[in-house]
Amino acid sequence: MSAPSLELIGFSKRFGTLAALDDVSVKIQAGAFHALLGENGAGKSTLVKCAMGYYGADAGEILLNGRQITIDHPRQAHELGLGMVYQHFTLVPNMTVLENFVLSREHVPAVIDWASERKLLKEFFSTTPFAVPLDTPVADLAAGQKQKGEILRQLYLKRNLLILDEPTSVLTPDEADEVLTTLKKLTQDKSLTIVVITHKFREVNAFCDTVTVLRRGKLVGTRPTAELDNDAMAEMMVGQREARAVVERDQRDPGEPVLQVEALSVADNVGQLAVEDLSLEVRAGEIVGVAGVSGNGQRELVETLAGQRHARSGGMKVHGERYTATRPEMIRHKIACLPEEPLRNACVAEMSVAENMALRSFDQPPSSPDGIRLRRAPMRDMARRLIEAYRVKTPGPDAAIKGLSGGNVQRAVLARELSSEGDLLIVANPCFGLDFAAVAEIRARIVQARNRGAAVLLVSEDLDEILQLSDRIVVMFDGKLALQTPGASADVGSIGRAMAGH
Amino acid sequence: MTTTLERVAVPVLALLASALLFGLLLALYAKVDPLEAFALMYQGAFGSWFSWQNTLTRAAPLILTALCTALPARLGLVIIGNEGALVAGGVAAAAAGVAVSGAPSLVVQIMMALAAMIIGGLWIALAGGLRQWRGVNETISSLLLTYIAIALMNHFVEGPLRDPSSLNKPSTHPIGDTNMIGTISGTDVHWGLVFGIVACVAIYVFQRFTTWGFAMEVIGGNPKTARMMGLNVDRYVLLACGAGGAAAGLAGMIEVAAVHGRANASLAVGYGYSGILVSFLARHHPIAIVPVAILLGGIGASGGLLQRRLDLPDAAVVVLQGIIFVAILASETLYGRLWKPKAVA
Repeated sequence: MSAPSLELIGFSKRFGTLAALDDVSVKIQAGAFHALLGENGAGKSTLVKCAMGYYGADAGEILLNGRQITIDHPRQAHELGLGMVYQHFTLVPNMTVLENFVLSREHVPAVIDWASERKLLKEFFSTTPFAVPLDTPVADLAAGQKQKGEILRQLYLKRNLLILDEPTSVLTPDEADEVLTTLKKLTQDKSLTIVVITHKFREVNAFCDTVTVLRRGKLVGTRPTAELDNDAMAEMMVGQREARAVVERDQRDPGEPVLQVEALSVADNVGQLAVEDLSLEVRAGEIVGVAGVSGNGQRELVETLAGQRHARSGGMKVHGERYTATRPEMIRHKIACLPEEPLRNACVAEMSVAENMALRSFDQPPSSPDGIRLRRAPMRDMARRLIEAYRVKTPGPDAAIKGLSGGNVQRAVLARELSSEGDLLIVANPCFGLDFAAVAEIRARIVQARNRGAAVLLVSEDLDEILQLSDRIVVMFDGKLALQTPGASADVGSIGRAMAGH
Repeated sequence: MTTTLERVAVPVLALLASALLFGLLLALYAKVDPLEAFALMYQGAFGSWFSWQNTLTRAAPLILTALCTALPARLGLVIIGNEGALVAGGVAAAAAGVAVSGAPSLVVQIMMALAAMIIGGLWIALAGGLRQWRGVNETISSLLLTYIAIALMNHFVEGPLRDPSSLNKPSTHPIGDTNMIGTISGTDVHWGLVFGIVACVAIYVFQRFTTWGFAMEVIGGNPKTARMMGLNVDRYVLLACGAGGAAAGLAGMIEVAAVHGRANASLAVGYGYSGILVSFLARHHPIAIVPVAILLGGIGASGGLLQRRLDLPDAAVVVLQGIIFVAILASETLYGRLWKPKAVA
């Protein structure tokens, strides 16, 4: 089985009035490790989904090994040996690896001879560069093993051109390196061709031999990575736009402690302790970054602070007073939250932009003179002001918030949460799924809040974000704090090791 | 996006589909001309002042029991224990009425209403509390509470509260003619209809123009967001369940104080279950409940005429109600798909 080459010629795809792809052509050599780089919304996913037959392209031809083919359905792509690995896992969690592999075959016999299937799969694993335990339920595998399982399944299904959509976003740096290194070997043997969609320059530099950059649905160019440095890649990616809003942080010493978490233990949805005996302090005017691979208790910690989950033991104090996340406490201490996926976690999708912007203040003057009566005119006026101040793109204050784009939903939430100039800001993956410009703006706003003296707790799976913003960094592993370090002198190596539990 | 047009068009479509299905059933199984049957139904429901009064009298308890589903539905709960709250409220009202029957009639009526609303409210709040604190599904628990309420009613009217003179149909002592709620002057329709309409308007105002109503909408829309805003979700759930139960309890009081004069098995004739249907048909909107309850009351009122003229069983209209309910539930999937093609992901 040898690696195929793939050429996409003149691909265009429109969604309504939006040109997601505009005459994009890419040639992927046999045995290449080819990076597809671009901002959110640049058209990377659309391009590979057209190639895989998930979308019908409006125009475009595909050459596989120089021969013209048509792919109208993912099944055809699979038969031709094209496979895709997603950012999020697609293995069935409560089934074993063996069951997952066998059941994902195109033709599964009505009665499965598990003994022989196990033998075949074992033999197959002896030929692959890494293996995963056959009889473990996928749910019990670590994230890195799951991703390996996803890749192995593609190889098992005899796919020899893999498209990886941000395959390392859920892995630690070490796990990511291990997976990518083995994949690299397979491409060097010319037994596999790989296209990888990524945001991480480091991975592009270390593993990819060619990089194609898309911007707003158009092809910017395809170059050997050896010819490009990070600055050049960044410029191709974002164009002539102001590359990155410089985050102006003033020099200040942290003030009084605002948030004190004391020996907090929190259970997850199935009753296991997700946060265990955790103590943490955030002072006025500092950003404390909580790094860690997802699933180490960060979500439960944030939910407890935000009032969405009850602590099992331990407690929290704000300004030295006991804090139980009730509305009067939130209003008195001016606590603000920016959670990930704001539409799901911080908005009411069916309600209007104005109503969503009023969620913090609807029972306060001027929306309510006495806490009982509700006045919608002041709500709308406030929304108009915030929409302008935070440049939220919406048809108007009365439009349903679910019609807004991700960046604008986040801006609307930012407007609601930050306009009160709160003392404590709890932020979790605020830039998840947002484009470059929105990310820069949101980070700048977070630093502004810190500069005016707010205490900021920033929980993020994006290590770059933590490193860029934090005055102090802590690493969460398995529900506990594994490392505390000042942000200025942080050593990425030791953070990475702490994230992996070393 | 659910448009206002859809909110009206989808239930109307479901009603038309139900009528078609019911008509087929009449023609093919009962061998009756469906057009004649529908004409008779119209006559029996809205054809004369007499049938209008019959319809409105039936609509009165439906309006109040519908609120028992509609209020918690605002917070995302599906409560179907309306019948139980009505029965519990009715028994409580009769007991209170008998206990203070010597007092001025207005006092008696107020005491009856209070007793009914408190017991009915607690009845449904129990289902809400079980959900919030013990994770019990409120739909199942409220339904099962109905069986308990009916069993308790049987126990009380046959035991501690029984009027020894009620022989064939065990009942409580009568509350006394002077304590009865009268009819709206010039009609045979009792004041319960007005109570129901006033309650619906009050609840609409509450939902639209108070911070509590707004908070409930937030909780129903996204409980996670509501918790992040520090809203006390448990308290609002208990409040909505309690208020809904109180409305159904009041329906029970009105059945006692305006219709039967005493509590007995006639309380559990299905007004609670029809109230669920009314609430769903009205999309849980308090103002929409009024016309829908009148429509359903009319269908109920026409049963007698169908029986007399076409020799159809009295239950025929119950079959129609059942068909409507299934059609309404099935039509829920139509929202957002009627005009626009499915959006591309």
